[in-house]
Amino acid sequence: MTQTSSATRQDGASPHTSAIGRFLRATEIDTRLLGMIGALALIWIGFHLYGATFKGFGAFLTPRNLWNLSVQTASIGIMATGMVLVIITRHIDLSVGSMLGVCAVVMGVVQVQVLPGLIGFGNPAIWIIAAIIGMAVGTMIGAFHGFIIAYGKVPAFIVTLGGLLVWRGVAYLITRGETIAPLDETFKLLGGGPYGAIGETGSWIVGLLGCAGVLWLLWNGRKRRRSYEFPLRPLWAEGVLGTIGCVLIIGAVLVVNAYPWPKGIVRQYAKANNIEVPDGGLFISHGFAIPVLILVAVGIAMTVLLNRTRFGRYVLAIGGNPDAAELAGINTRLMTVKIFALMGLLTGLSSVVASARLGSATNSLGTLDELYVIAAAVIGGTSLAGGVGTIYGAILGAFVMQSLQTGMVLIGFDSAMQQIVVGSVLVFAVFIDTIYRRNLK
Amino acid sequence: MSETSMTMTKSAPVDRTGTPLVELRDISIAFGGIKAVDHVSLDLYPGEVVGLLGHNGAGKSTLIKCLSGAYQMDAGEIFINGEKAEIRNPRDARDYNIETIYQTLALADNLDAASNLFLGREITGPGGFVDDARMEAETRKIMGRLNPNFRKFKDPVMALSGGQRQSVAIARAVYFNARILIMDEPTAALGPHETQMVAELIEELKAQGLGIFLIEHDIHNVMRLCDRASVMKNGQLVGTVNVDDVTDEDILGMIILGKRPGE
Ligand SMILES: Nc1ncnc2c1ncn2[C@@H]1O[C@H](COP(=O)(O)OP(=O)(O)O)[C@@H](O)[C@H]1O
Ligand SMILES: [Mg+2]
Repeated sequence: MTQTSSATRQDGASPHTSAIGRFLRATEIDTRLLGMIGALALIWIGFHLYGATFKGFGAFLTPRNLWNLSVQTASIGIMATGMVLVIITRHIDLSVGSMLGVCAVVMGVVQVQVLPGLIGFGNPAIWIIAAIIGMAVGTMIGAFHGFIIAYGKVPAFIVTLGGLLVWRGVAYLITRGETIAPLDETFKLLGGGPYGAIGETGSWIVGLLGCAGVLWLLWNGRKRRRSYEFPLRPLWAEGVLGTIGCVLIIGAVLVVNAYPWPKGIVRQYAKANNIEVPDGGLFISHGFAIPVLILVAVGIAMTVLLNRTRFGRYVLAIGGNPDAAELAGINTRLMTVKIFALMGLLTGLSSVVASARLGSATNSLGTLDELYVIAAAVIGGTSLAGGVGTIYGAILGAFVMQSLQTGMVLIGFDSAMQQIVVGSVLVFAVFIDTIYRRNLK
Repeated sequence: MSETSMTMTKSAPVDRTGTPLVELRDISIAFGGIKAVDHVSLDLYPGEVVGLLGHNGAGKSTLIKCLSGAYQMDAGEIFINGEKAEIRNPRDARDYNIETIYQTLALADNLDAASNLFLGREITGPGGFVDDARMEAETRKIMGRLNPNFRKFKDPVMALSGGQRQSVAIARAVYFNARILIMDEPTAALGPHETQMVAELIEELKAQGLGIFLIEHDIHNVMRLCDRASVMKNGQLVGTVNVDDVTDEDILGMIILGKRPGE
C-alpha cells in the first residue's frame, strides 16, 4: 500500500532523525508555526536594524511600537479568526470591510444621536447597548449572506462581492458622508489608548492567569492521555512547552508595562486625582490594551469552538469533504448560514474596536480590510482548498500583516510602496504554502 | 482469491416467513432524461445478505442511495419492519438504524479516524465539548476487532491506504449497531487479505441478525457470501435468485443478457 511521506515520517523509528527533528516530535510543535514565528521575528528585526542603520534609530523593537502594533492588529485579528472558518468551508467573505463600515455608522448613530435622547447623555449603559446593536447588525448581515449562499446557491464570492458594494453604499446613505463624533467615552475605551488599557497590576494578573492556564492545559492534557493509556510526551518536552509559553506571556507583560503614559496624559490624570508629580515625572504603565484582551478572548473562544465543539468538527468535515459531511447527517446548509452569521458577529465586534480606537464613526471605516483579513488567514495557514486552518495561525498572520504595514510606515515607505509590498507578500506567502503542502504529500 | 474463499461455509437458510426487514416497492428515480432506477422492488430479511449485481451504470448505487437518504426517490415506497418509512435525508436513515458504506467511502480526508467514525454523532463530555480522547479510545477498541494492524489513529485519513480507509468506513457502520447495512463495493479497492477480512466480517454480522445489501462485482464473493442475488440492468431489475439454486454462469448470464436463467 502506498503511504504519504508525512505519515511515514510520523511513524518515526528512523535512526537518522536530527536532534531538531526529535525535539519537534517530542514537543509536537508544528513546523508551520515555527516558520511563522521565524518570519515574524525576521520582519521585526529587519525593520529595527534598517531603522538603526539608515535612520540612526531603530524604532521597531520599542515598547511603544510593539504596544501600538498589538492594538492595530486587534481589529483585523478578530475578523481573521472568523475568516478561518469561512475559508475552511471553501467559501470566502469579501464584504467584511464594508460590513464593518455599516456596523460602525449604526453604532455611531445609536450612541450619538439616538440613545442620549432616550436614556440621557453619558448614561453608563450607552456603550454596551451600542456595541450589542452593532454586533447584532453584523450577525444579521452575515446570516443574510449565508442564507443566499446556502439556499439560493449563489457562490459566496459573488454574494460577498455584491455585499462589498452594497454595504459600503448603505453606510454612506446612513451618514450622508458625515463623520459621527464624538463617541461615548466608555465606548472609546474599547479601542485602547492610555485609559483603554489595564495598567501594570492588571497586566501582571492577566499574565499570571495566562501562565496558570498554560500549565493547567499541559497538566490536564497529560492526565487525560494517561487515563486512556495513550502515548505520553516525555516530561522534559512538557517542561519545555510550559517554559516557552510562560516566558512569552511574561515577556509580553514586561513589554506593555515598559510603555508609559505620555506626559500630557499623566499631567491631566495627576491633576484630576490630586497627585503630586515628582521632578522626574510619573511613570504610569499602559499595560495590555483592552482591544488586545478582546482579541485574546476571541482567539481562545474561537479555538475552543473550532477544536472542541461539534460545530467546529462539522466546519472541518465540510471543508474536507462536503458530500461526506452531508451523508454523515450534517445539515451543511444551515452550517453555512451559521458560519457567515458568526463572521458577521465578529465583524461587528471588530467594528466596535476600530471605531472606538478612532473615536468616531465614518462610512469609509474598514475600507480594504477584507484583503488584510483574508491575507492574515491565508498567511496563517488556512488553505483556500478548504479543510485546513487554525485560529492561532490567523492571529499570527494578522500580526505579520500589521508588522509589515507598521514597519514600512516607520521607515518612511509611502502608501503606494506599501500596497506593492503587501500585495506581493500575500502572493508569495500562498506560493510558499503551496510548496509546503506539495512536499507534505 | 484464495482457494478457501470458494468453499461454502454458509449457515442455515434464511427464514423468510416473517415480515421483511426492508421492503423497497416500485422505486423509480430519474436524472434529467435518464431513468437511473426504473420500478425496482427488493426485499431483505434479518440475517440475510442480498447481493446487488449489474454492470457499471446499472443503477445499483442510485437504488441504495434512496434507502440511505442520500437521494430522494421520484416514486415508490420503503417499508422497514412492515411499516412505511419516510427517508428524506441521511439523518432519517440513521434513525432507522440503516448504516451505509458508500462506494466513494465518504470520509473527510482532513480528519482522523476517530473524527470520521463519529462524524455527526460525536461523543460529548461535560459542557457539551467533544471528547476526543474517549472517541479515540472507542476507535482503538473497534479497530482492534476489525483491523488489528491499524495504527494510524492520529493521522488524517488522507494518509491511510485504501484498505485502512475502508476499515474506517466499515467501523463507522458497525460501531453504531446497525440493523440494516448497505455496502457498496466494499472490497473494490482491497487486496486478497483485506477482502478476506471483510468477508469474515460480513458473515459475523449476518450471524448477529443484520440484514445486508451487498453490491459486489466479484461473482465468487457473491456466491460465497450472499443468500440471494438481485441483478439490475439499465435501471431495471432483471430478477432475484436464490444463490443456492443457480450457478455462476446463470448469474453472469443475467448480468450480460438481462434475462433470468431459462427465459
Ligand atoms: N447525481 C446524479 N446525477 C446524474 N446522473 C446520475 C447521478 N447519480 C447517478 N446517475 C446516473 O444514474 C445511472 C446509474 O448510476 P449508478 O447508480 O452509479 O450505477 P452503478 O452503481 O450500478 O454503477 C448512471 O447512468 C449514472 O450516470
Ligand atoms: Mg456504483
